[in-house]
Amino acid sequence: MALLEVNDLKVHYPIRGGILGRVQSYVKAVDGISFRIDEGETLGLVGESGSGKSTTGKAVMGLVEITAGEILFDGKDITRYIGKNHSSYRKSVQMIFQDSYSSLNPKKRILDIIAEPLRNFEKQTAGKEKKRIEELLEIVGMSSETMFKYPYEFSGGQRQRIGIARALALRPKLIIADEPVSALDLSVQAQVLNFMKDIQKQFNLAFLFISHDLGVVKHMCKNLIIMNKGRIVEKGVKERIFENPQHIYTKRLLAAIPDINPDRREELQHFREQVAEEYESKYHIYYDKDQRVYDLKKTGDDHFVALP
Amino acid sequence: MEKNELLRIDNLITSFRIDGQHYAAVDGVSLSVSENEVFAIVGESGCGKSALALSVLSLHNSTYTKVEGNIYFKGTDLLTMNVDELNQFRGKDIGMIFQDPLTALNPLMKIGEQIEESLTFHMKMDKKQKKARTIELLEGVGIVSPELTYSQFPHELSGGMRQRAMIAIALACKPSLVIADEPTTALDVTIQAQILDLLKKLQKEMKSGIILITHDLGVVAEMADKVAVMYAGQVVETGAVGAIFKNPLHPYTRSLLASVPGVDSAEGNRLHVIEGMVPSLKNMEREGCRFAPRIPWVDKSEHEEHPEYHEVDKGHFVLCSCYKNFSMRGEG
Repeated sequence: MALLEVNDLKVHYPIRGGILGRVQSYVKAVDGISFRIDEGETLGLVGESGSGKSTTGKAVMGLVEITAGEILFDGKDITRYIGKNHSSYRKSVQMIFQDSYSSLNPKKRILDIIAEPLRNFEKQTAGKEKKRIEELLEIVGMSSETMFKYPYEFSGGQRQRIGIARALALRPKLIIADEPVSALDLSVQAQVLNFMKDIQKQFNLAFLFISHDLGVVKHMCKNLIIMNKGRIVEKGVKERIFENPQHIYTKRLLAAIPDINPDRREELQHFREQVAEEYESKYHIYYDKDQRVYDLKKTGDDHFVALP
Repeated sequence: MEKNELLRIDNLITSFRIDGQHYAAVDGVSLSVSENEVFAIVGESGCGKSALALSVLSLHNSTYTKVEGNIYFKGTDLLTMNVDELNQFRGKDIGMIFQDPLTALNPLMKIGEQIEESLTFHMKMDKKQKKARTIELLEGVGIVSPELTYSQFPHELSGGMRQRAMIAIALACKPSLVIADEPTTALDVTIQAQILDLLKKLQKEMKSGIILITHDLGVVAEMADKVAVMYAGQVVETGAVGAIFKNPLHPYTRSLLASVPGVDSAEGNRLHVIEGMVPSLKNMEREGCRFAPRIPWVDKSEHEEHPEYHEVDKGHFVLCSCYKNFSMRGEG
């Protein structure tokens, strides 16, 4: 049984116009996607800006209204309860945000930041709460005197770890990480990624890892979803997708990653031109007449591609 | 001076005033950029790479910033010039591309007008010529309908288009040197690839020099001819791009390359983490090897008291002697 199962999820935003503010059409941010995450697994969700990857994360989190589709958690359909506070689902699913500057309240002490989820769900004495926070800080590798400081006193990497401590407070089973390292420098990024892998093992956590950085995703995930225009274009085991991309969009995306071997420069340039040509000439094969991505078809073991 | 040398920076020190005291963000950097060459400056936030770029055109606020040293552009020292003299160079001989086109472009001016601005200032052109040149530039940077874009505002364009418009502004007067400060950081990877290809193509056409400031090692490997790696205000290693990537020597360069994810992605693999933190401007240790606190297992005697550049190969320089017997933790 999958920990999280998402079936035919749709999130459409209405566009209002005219003097009466009537709904004139919809932006289909997410338009019918399905995936599952097992316990302790990391699923990578990749796409460029506007692909719908963040909206997907927010929908699973219950932060945006779902237009259609269902979400199953631990086998139970929780679609109707997803936006409700104080449901057990809210406890089991937590989020790490991209920007640790704006996701930590600057006027609160670290103690109060990490305690917030605890105070929402568990009535504990102050002493117990403090002990739990000490524990959490230790997990993220920070000293206990950190508690009485404010977010501005920490560097980007440290702040991101405080965000992770807050996410871990309620012992969740699934963490939605929306671009958790894209604001960080390379060496700090390495630290946070290693750390995320550690806590995953320690607590058997599942991650929905949303990122635009294919290198990071390759490092973190077993399974991948590539999104484009609110739909999934390719889905499967990482190796299959990296070594044998089938959809033209995936090919183009992979070709665009800069390589850190300067010797491959010409080769890559040539390859990129080839892919660009293919993209031009075969675009219509991969998208239907409304520019919509087709439904997924199975092309091999653990490999699905959106083909007509 | 070398025959085709465009820009030479000699012992540049750029310091910012904090609480009445000056702290050097760029601390004794020397480098030289030739015609038809892409020179990349790479490093993490706070290493001084952008402070260096802004110093070249004196774009720092002079009340809070002190710039010392020499910056020769084709033999004339830019740092001795007053504003009027500098303005003759800004945008004409030296073009600049900024990271974030949304803040660098004027939101109240049409794209066409913004490109024409530098043409008006530097070139004697009538209205018609200017428009023709602007359209030509927009076409050159790969904008599909230049006539339309000419009369659009920045908010009407996508991120990639805006960045193209900014490149058009930088190239308007055919500068011989372009300074690109993180030109693709705000863009998606497919757009990044397009913009980098475009820059490469234009650079080859115009035979100009480019100073490319970036934190992305992949971009460096794809674009640059020469690289300088910066740490805590200093260049710690510099050389041809092949040399730096295939034979990185300075502990910082090696550590940085080891923390790139996705290169060796076997399950359970850990990325290399550099110990400690980048020192802040105020608390930076300025004596001895600045990277020493981050490699504490290296014996003190391996470092030099006053680190010097060692030429390990022709044109490949490494700062401080600690590279000689350095091995990463876990390599034994």
